[in-house]
Amino acid sequence: MTPMVKAEGVHKSYGAAHILKGIDLEVNNGEVFCLIGPSGSGKSTFLRCINHLEKINSGRLYVDGQLVGYRQKGDKLYELKDSEVAAQRRDIGMVFQRFNLFPHMTALGNVMEAPIQVKGESRAVARERAERLLDRVGLADKAGNYPSQLSGGQQQRVAIARALAMEPKLMLFDEPTSALDPELVGDVLDVMRDLAESGMTMVVVTHEMGFAREVGDSLVFMDGGVVVESGHPRDVLGNPQHDRTKAFLSKVL
Amino acid sequence: MTDKLDKVPAGASPAPAGVPPEAIKAIPVRHYGRWVAGVVVVALLALLGYAFSQGNVRWATVPEKLFDSTILSGLWHTILISVASMALGLVLGVLFAVMRLSKNPVTSSVAWLYIWVFRGTPVYVQLLIWFSLALIFPVFNIGFYKDEMTDVMTPFLAALLGLGLNEGAYMAEIVRAGIQSVDEGQTEASHALGMSQAKTMRRVVLPQSMRVIIPPTGNEFINMLKTSSLVVAVQYPDLLRAAQDIASTSFAVMEMFFVASIWYLILTSVFSVGQFYLERHYARGSLRSLPPTPWQKIKSNLLSLRSDQSGGAA
Repeated sequence: MTPMVKAEGVHKSYGAAHILKGIDLEVNNGEVFCLIGPSGSGKSTFLRCINHLEKINSGRLYVDGQLVGYRQKGDKLYELKDSEVAAQRRDIGMVFQRFNLFPHMTALGNVMEAPIQVKGESRAVARERAERLLDRVGLADKAGNYPSQLSGGQQQRVAIARALAMEPKLMLFDEPTSALDPELVGDVLDVMRDLAESGMTMVVVTHEMGFAREVGDSLVFMDGGVVVESGHPRDVLGNPQHDRTKAFLSKVL
Repeated sequence: MTDKLDKVPAGASPAPAGVPPEAIKAIPVRHYGRWVAGVVVVALLALLGYAFSQGNVRWATVPEKLFDSTILSGLWHTILISVASMALGLVLGVLFAVMRLSKNPVTSSVAWLYIWVFRGTPVYVQLLIWFSLALIFPVFNIGFYKDEMTDVMTPFLAALLGLGLNEGAYMAEIVRAGIQSVDEGQTEASHALGMSQAKTMRRVVLPQSMRVIIPPTGNEFINMLKTSSLVVAVQYPDLLRAAQDIASTSFAVMEMFFVASIWYLILTSVFSVGQFYLERHYARGSLRSLPPTPWQKIKSNLLSLRSDQSGGAA
C-alpha cells in the first residue's frame, strides 16, 4: 500500500537560511502523525511543503503516490500549472495556527465556500453538508455568526469544518491550539480526537504532548531541520534516546 | 444576610443596602477662554454676513434660478459625467492594481507607466489633449469603423476619457493599497482549499480589501463631483457651464455661481450619506457590532429619554 505522505531527502531554504536539511519520512493511511520540536526546527515549514504552500529545493515529496507540485517525465521535472496545484490541494485539508477564517463570511459561509467555488457544488448540497459539519464540531448554533463574534476555540473548530467540507484524504494541522487560551484547547483537541477515530490521516504539528501520546500513532522529533528521533509516541516521549530529545522534553513536559 | 451585616464592626462603615452612594456635587471649572473664543468667532461671522449684505448681490435671483431648466439639465449632466467617469475609473483602477501586483514584469511595468503618466499630469491638461485629439489624428480608423475624429470625440467622450483615465490612476493606487492590506493567511487558506488564483482574488481578497478601499473611494467620488466642473474646457454642458450660460445673458454672474455652489453642496452631502451606508455594509464581520445609523441613533436616544423620564417618575 502506498503511504499517504512520503518524503525523500526534502530540503528547503529561504535564501541563505537552510530550514529543512534532508527530511525522510512516511505517513501511513489512517495514521495520526505528530511532529514536535522547538520553534525554528522546520516542522511547520515541512507541513507547508506537503500542500505546496512552500516549494521544496531538493528531494521528492509524494502525497498518495503523486509527486507534489511537479510532474516527472523520464528524469526531468516539470512544474505543475497553478490549476493543477490547486487540484492537488483539494484533497489536502489544512488547519492554521491563526485559523485564517474568512472574516467577511459567516461560519456557515466559510464552510460552504470551497465546495461551491472549487467543486461547483449546488448551494443546497453544500449547505446541508456544512450544517452537518458544524454540528459535528459542536457549533450548529453558531452557523450565522461571523468569525469576529466567535472565540478562538470556536473559530478553530469552524476552520476544521471548513477543511473537512472538501472531503480531504489528508488533514494537516499547523499548531492548531497554539493561539488559543488554555481553557479553549480541550474543545479543539476533542474534535481532532474524534476525527482521528473516524480514520482520517492526519499530520499534526503540535506542542500538546498529551494529545500526541494519547492519539498519535507515530511521532517525529525535529530539530535544526532534521529528524532527530522517531517512533511510537509512547516510546519517544516516555523513553527518548537522543540528548536533544531529552533536553526538549524536559522543558515541555 | 441581615444578621451578617449586623456583625460588621461600626468602624468599617459599610454602604447601607438599598441606598445609592451620594453623587459628587462640585462646582465645574469655568472655561473663560472658551467664552472669549466663542464671542470672537461669532463677531467675525457677523462681520462676514454684514459684508455680504452690503455687497451688490441680487439675492432673490438665487432661489429663482435654483430650479431653472438649464440649471437642472446641467445638474443632470454633472451627475452623469461624474458617475460614468467614476465607473470607468473604478474598472481601470481594479484592472491596473491587479496588473501592478502581477508577477509578470511587462504588465506590472505597463501599470506603473499608466499611473505615472495619468497621475503626474493635470487633469485639465488631459481633458484638453483628448478634446484636441483631432489635431494629430484627423480620422478615427479602427478597421471596421472609420469616421472624422471631430465627430467621434464628442464633448461627452472627451470628458469621460479625461476624467475617467485620470481617476483610474488614483483608484489603481487605492485598490493596490487595499489588496495589500489583506492578511497573507487569507490567501494561503484559500489556496489550501484548492481555490484558484482568480477565485481567491474575487471571493476572498477583494471583498476584504473593500473595507480599506471604500472610504478613500468615497472621497474620490466627492472630488469627482467637483472636478467635473473642469469639463467646461471641452464644451460639455455641465452644471457650471449652465450657470455660466445664464450668467452671460442675465448678468447675474455671482448669483449664478452661488446657485451652482448650492447644487454642488447638495450633491456632495447626499453622497456622503451614501458613503456612510456603504462603509457600514463592508464593515460586516470586521466589527463585532456595526455602528448605528443616524436613524438608529435617534431612535435609541428617544428610547433612553423615555426610560429616563420613567426612571425619574418612579
